[in-house]
Parts: sequence; C-alpha cells; structure tokens
Amino acid sequence: MTRTETAASHVREWSVASAIAALMLVLTVAAPGFFSRENLSDLLLANLPVLLVAVGMTLVIITGEIDISVGSIFAVCGVASGLLSKSGMPIWLAGAAVCLLGTAFGSLNGALVAYVGIPSIVVTLATMTALRDGLRWATEGAWVQDLPRSFQWLGLTQGRYPLVATVVTGLITAALAFGLRHLAAGRAVYATGSNPAAARLAGLDTSATRTCVFAILGTLTGLAAVLNAVRFNQIPTNAGIGLEMKVIASVVVGGASVTGGTGSVLGTVLGLVLLAATGPALTFLGVSAYWERAIQGAIILVAIAADGIRRPSFRRLVGAAAGARA
Amino acid sequence: MPVLLSASGISKSFEGVRALREVSFDLNAGEVHALVGENGAGKSTLIKIMTGAERADAGTLAVSGRTVPDMSPAMARSLGIAAIYQQPSLFAHLSVAENIALSLEAGRVWQRVDWAARRRRAADLLDEAGAAIDPDRLAGTLSMPEQQMVEIAKAIGAHARIVIMDEPTASLMDAEIERLFSVIGLLRAQGGGIIYISHRLEEVFAVSDRITVLRDGEAVATQATAAIDRPALIQTMVGRPLNDVFPKRPIALGACALEVRQLSNRALGLHDVSLSVSCGEVLGVAGLVGSGRTELAETIFGLEPADGGEILLRGVSVRIGSPSQAIQHGIAYVPEDRRRHGVVLEMPVAANASLASLAAVSSRGMIDRAAERRSAEGYVERLRIKTPSVSTEVGALSGGNQQKVALARWLSTGPQVLILDEPTQGVDVGAKAEIHALIQDLAERGLAIIMISSELPEILGMSDRVVVMHAGTVSGVLSRSDATQDRILALALAPTEP
Repeated sequence: MTRTETAASHVREWSVASAIAALMLVLTVAAPGFFSRENLSDLLLANLPVLLVAVGMTLVIITGEIDISVGSIFAVCGVASGLLSKSGMPIWLAGAAVCLLGTAFGSLNGALVAYVGIPSIVVTLATMTALRDGLRWATEGAWVQDLPRSFQWLGLTQGRYPLVATVVTGLITAALAFGLRHLAAGRAVYATGSNPAAARLAGLDTSATRTCVFAILGTLTGLAAVLNAVRFNQIPTNAGIGLEMKVIASVVVGGASVTGGTGSVLGTVLGLVLLAATGPALTFLGVSAYWERAIQGAIILVAIAADGIRRPSFRRLVGAAAGARA
Repeated sequence: MPVLLSASGISKSFEGVRALREVSFDLNAGEVHALVGENGAGKSTLIKIMTGAERADAGTLAVSGRTVPDMSPAMARSLGIAAIYQQPSLFAHLSVAENIALSLEAGRVWQRVDWAARRRRAADLLDEAGAAIDPDRLAGTLSMPEQQMVEIAKAIGAHARIVIMDEPTASLMDAEIERLFSVIGLLRAQGGGIIYISHRLEEVFAVSDRITVLRDGEAVATQATAAIDRPALIQTMVGRPLNDVFPKRPIALGACALEVRQLSNRALGLHDVSLSVSCGEVLGVAGLVGSGRTELAETIFGLEPADGGEILLRGVSVRIGSPSQAIQHGIAYVPEDRRRHGVVLEMPVAANASLASLAAVSSRGMIDRAAERRSAEGYVERLRIKTPSVSTEVGALSGGNQQKVALARWLSTGPQVLILDEPTQGVDVGAKAEIHALIQDLAERGLAIIMISSELPEILGMSDRVVVMHAGTVSGVLSRSDATQDRILALALAPTEP
C-alpha cells in the first residue's frame, strides 16, 4: 500500500464519505432527532441484510458481471427458512441449509455465465423471473405464518439479536474486504474483470473465478434472507422486490465500474450508508418522502457521471470535439 | 493524366509512437499505384487517413485538385473514395443485397425500400464483379473470398473513382485473383485510380503502374513499376540505417528445450508444424500476418489446445491443455497485442508483474505486498522500466515500458521456454534496442526463446535459426548464416515445399 495507490484509488471513497459527513452535519443542525437510538438501530437492522448482498454484488461487479436475480433468491431463501423451521428443523440448521440453497442458485447463475457463455444480465433476468414466479406458484402467494417461537430473533432475545447480526455481518464484510485486497483469489477477481484475456494468459482460471463470485453472492443472499426473516413473525412471498437495484446502486455509488476491474468493499459500504440514510433523513428534515427515490437517482447519476468524465474515451471525445472546433 | 488524389506531408502519431512522417503520395486517373512496405510501415494508417477513419496530425489531402481539410468516412464516400480491406466489413445478419444497398442508398432514411430493385442491382453488380453469389444469402454465410467479392461489387456500385485495395487477394484463390484483375482493368479503363496494397510482390508487378515504398512511416521511394525489379524493391522495403546494430553474440547451445512434432490445431488453421528450440537459442519465427505464427504460440501455450501432434519438453512428451499447465511446465508467453492480452491497464506495475506468479510472493495464501513490491522493483531495475513507482497504474506508462512490464510478469514465473510475439511492435527505437539486449541476455542465461516477428531485420539480427511459416505450417527453416531477407520473403510469399 503506497501513497500513489491510495491517492489514485480512494478518490471515490473519500467523496462518498464527505457526502455522508455533509448529510450528517445538516441533520445534526436541522434534525437532531435522526440520531436517536431507536432510529439508528432501525436503520441498521433494516440494512444489514442489504449490506451482505451488496458486498457479494461488489465481487460480481468487479469481475465485470451483474446479478439481478438477488431479489428473487432473497425471497425464495426467506420462505425456505420459514418452511424448514416450521418442519421442526432448529433455526441454526435451517439457516445453514438456506445459505447452501443460496449458494446453489448463485453457482447456477455463475456456471451459466462462465461455462455456457451467456451474458450475466440475460442469465440472471431468467433466474430472477423463474424464481419469483416459481415461488408465487408454489406458495400461491400465501405468506409463511405460525412460525415456531425459536424462529424469531434466531432464538435469541430481542436485545442480543442486533449485536449478533451486526457482528456476523461486520466480520463477513471485513473478511471479504481483506480477501479482495490480500489474497491471490482477490487479485484474480480484479484481473478477470479488468482484462479477461490477459488474466487467462497469466494462468488464472477466469471461468472458475466468475462462478465463485456468483456462488458467494448467492450464499450471502441466503444469509441475508435469514437475518431479515427472523425480524418478523411472518414471511412475505414478495420480499426482496427491488433489492437488486438498491444493491447495485450502492456498489456503483461506492466506485465500482459496471465494466469491471474496479471497486472496493469499503466503497460499497459507504455507498449503501449514503443511499440508505437519504430516505429517513428526508423524513426527519420534513421533506416529502416522495423525493427519496428521485434524490437517490440523482446521487447515482452524479457517481456515474464522475466515472465517465475520468474515462479516457470521454477525454478523447472532448479532445476530438475541441480539435474539430480549432 | 489528371491527379485524382494527392496527399502531401502527412504525419501521424499514436500515443507518442510515430506512424507516419511527412508522407506524400498521389494517384492519377487510370492508374494503379501500389503501396508496399513491411508490416507496421504505415500503410494502413495512410489509407485510414485517406478514407477519413483517422485524422492526420499534419499534412493536406486533395481530391481532384480540391483540398479536403476535414476528411470523414462520409465525405470520402461522397468524393468517390472506396476501400476494400483485407478483412471484409459486411453486416453478417443482413443479406448480400441489403449489404450492397446499405452503402449505396445512404441518406434515404424515409424512402420505401424497393426490394426487387435492390435484388436486381445487387445481382448486376455481382455479375460485373464476376462473382456468382445469390443476393439473398446472408453475408455471415459467405466464405472470405465471397465476402471480398461483395466488397468489390459495392465499390463498383458506388461508382468509386478512387478504389483502395488493402491486401485484397489475401484470401483469394488464383481464379478469383484473375477476376479481380479484370475488375481492376475495368475500373482503370473508366478513368478510375486504384491504390493497391499487397505483400504479394508478383501481383504488385503484374498489376501496378507505379510503386511507392513505405518504411518506418516514411515514403522512401516512388518509382515506375517498369523501372524497378524485385530484388531492388525488396531491398528498398527492408533497408535500414546502418546504426541499427543488434546485440547478437554467438553462444553455445544447450540441450533441446522444446520440440513440437506434427502439431496441428484445426480450430486455428494450423497443421503439421514441427520445430525445436534449444536452451540458449533464439528461434525466429517469420511469416506474413495470418500465416499462423500467433496461432502456433497460442497452441503451444495451451490457450487453444492442439488436436494433433506432440509437444516435448526436454525430450518428454507433455500435454498442455491450459495456460496454467503451460506455466507449470516452464513456458512463458508474452503476447502480441499487449493492451488486449498483455498487461492489465488498471492495475499497478507490481500487481501486473506478479500476476502469473502470485504464489512466489505469497505466504500462507496471502499476498505479501512488501515482497511483491521488492520483486517488482527488482524487475524495474533489471529491465530498466521507466515508471514513477511500482504502484503506478500500467496504463500510464509508454508502450515500451508496458511491454517490459509484460516481460517482467513472465520472467518472474522462472520459465525455461519464452515465447515472444512481436516483442517490439509499436515500441520506440530506444526501447527496442533495450528489449533486444534483454532477449540476448536471457538467451545467454540459458532460456530457449521463440521470437515471432514481422520485422525481418529483427528476425535476422536476433535469431540463431529462422522458421518461416506460410498458410498454417512451416515452409522452411534457415540457419543464421543462410538466412537473408530475400530468402525469408521468398519462403513467406511463395513456399517451395511444405
């Protein structure tokens, strides 16, 4: 880790962090109620599952792929956790089984992308639709109810659950951030996304890398579904609608390029914090909640425009235009 | 004879590498003007500028005496300039008739399509070009020569007065070449001019009136075809300034490092390639673009595994099914197009250098960044890579230094056999000499080196032996003392025996 590298690659992290700081400053002055223990805890608990998925999505986007099926996987895994639990399985075991189910869905996506060679947007569009409608058909839209007592809060107390969930999510996030930076496997993820031909020539197995990142995203989506489901006493079959957009937006705002090769876990965390805080912040500031999505959209546009301006092709375009005028 | 097209003082650089330097070229009505030169001499760049695909840094273009300050592809078409490239550029999913119509009916967005007329015209034009192709066939189903004929029909249909043909015969058979020549005769009789680019010198002599030779981006000679003979032309093409000295020193060769026997790869059009290279030897691989040189490297490296024949390393037959297996066997491959296949532009120098040998800078599965930096710094010093630091992104370096980073990656795998594909392509003269010195140094350390190059002086200057390829197989092997530019060219152009 050196100065040049820091300066070059952490511009986005710093700008998102600054935006968060500015937002917090405004809230401190205008709506200190935002920082109440309850509000912050609600915000945190609601977004821990989103963070898990977003971290997985970071890996997928760095390899230059995308997965829009996470919302459907999330819904299927949530329902599965409830049904397994109702069948008498201990919640810990059910949770592990659901993570495996997520892994299976992710691996399927990944294998279709990496070995069959179908573009990831098409593969995951198909699995998104198939899983969502398969679930609707299987459950006939009925929510999972009458969950066993042990299901709620993973069998923990309402006081202990937030700590456990936060620690688990935090450890996983830190582990992936570390792996991406310090393991050879992490290098393979960046190289695959940046220049697959060169990565293959360097002896890296780019197909296995692609499959693995999808599988990891699937596992994390399964875990996220469990952590989310246990917060309520019934499980909706329409959970996770729009989750993929929320997650992809966090990753992109955090500095990952959808063309692959760049991005970081830290950036994604910051991106999610900024986007997730915007909605409640508006409420506290007395702005109509209808503005929430519009403002989030604007944040995404600013982030992407910043990418475009830094890209050489844009500079060439501007240069050519200037040349033509001269 | 009126001058149809004249280019004067054209200069062009790509990212600091000079492609053309004050080139002047003109084309008269009713003339075939051949443009010849080695690969990379600047022929393609010159035509791109004439057709508006690239903009010259300096110089002027004039068509029929009128200066055209801002040539664009659309402008070129309206001025009657048509180009036929070595690689046809048809729309694979459209029919032949539609492909022809697209180029001729440009600008009529709202007009209703008269399908019958389209078909008729396509059929007529194909007939005129002497091609028997059904206008309803999809362009994607055509063979290379057929696609080439469609391109020619397009040029005829556009009533082009200036037709640029870039290696038009590269994929044609003799009968088709005859037909092409009669089309050229037709165009020329109608007062058109043809710029004819070809590696096949006998064609150049058969068809052209004048010849311009490009070398290293400069137009070194323009002469009437009748006033020059083949040896003189070849010498003009390859002639170099005397200060271009190669650091070749004779060294004792070691044992045979790599041998391939009857290697075939149908997918890549490679068949029955046999060659061997010893420790300490530089084996030059010459041949025209498309003769199978890069495909040979890709097959040996396992990128596209062979489907026939044998690869022996130190006398032991091995199977190489993937690049990682090749790396384990001690083979390294520095590919041709470094931006596409060589370096990862967004990664720093250190990460690029370690990409193929991460295990060497890792302990217990974790990358030791300090070790990685140290290793990279060692190569920066040894290969004299000019970079602010090893954390600089490779995209910020010059072409020569990017190439050295690619080389560092492969040297750090500790290879016994090093395959270099166009190691000095697009690299400035200074870096070129350094890379040559490095190659010699590596050979002296006992590496077996296979060096693919389109530059004959490089091949002749650096190689102990030269393998010449033609049409997917070896057309001859020359020892250092036997190898001359003429012999290599002769083997590359018109093979005697496979």
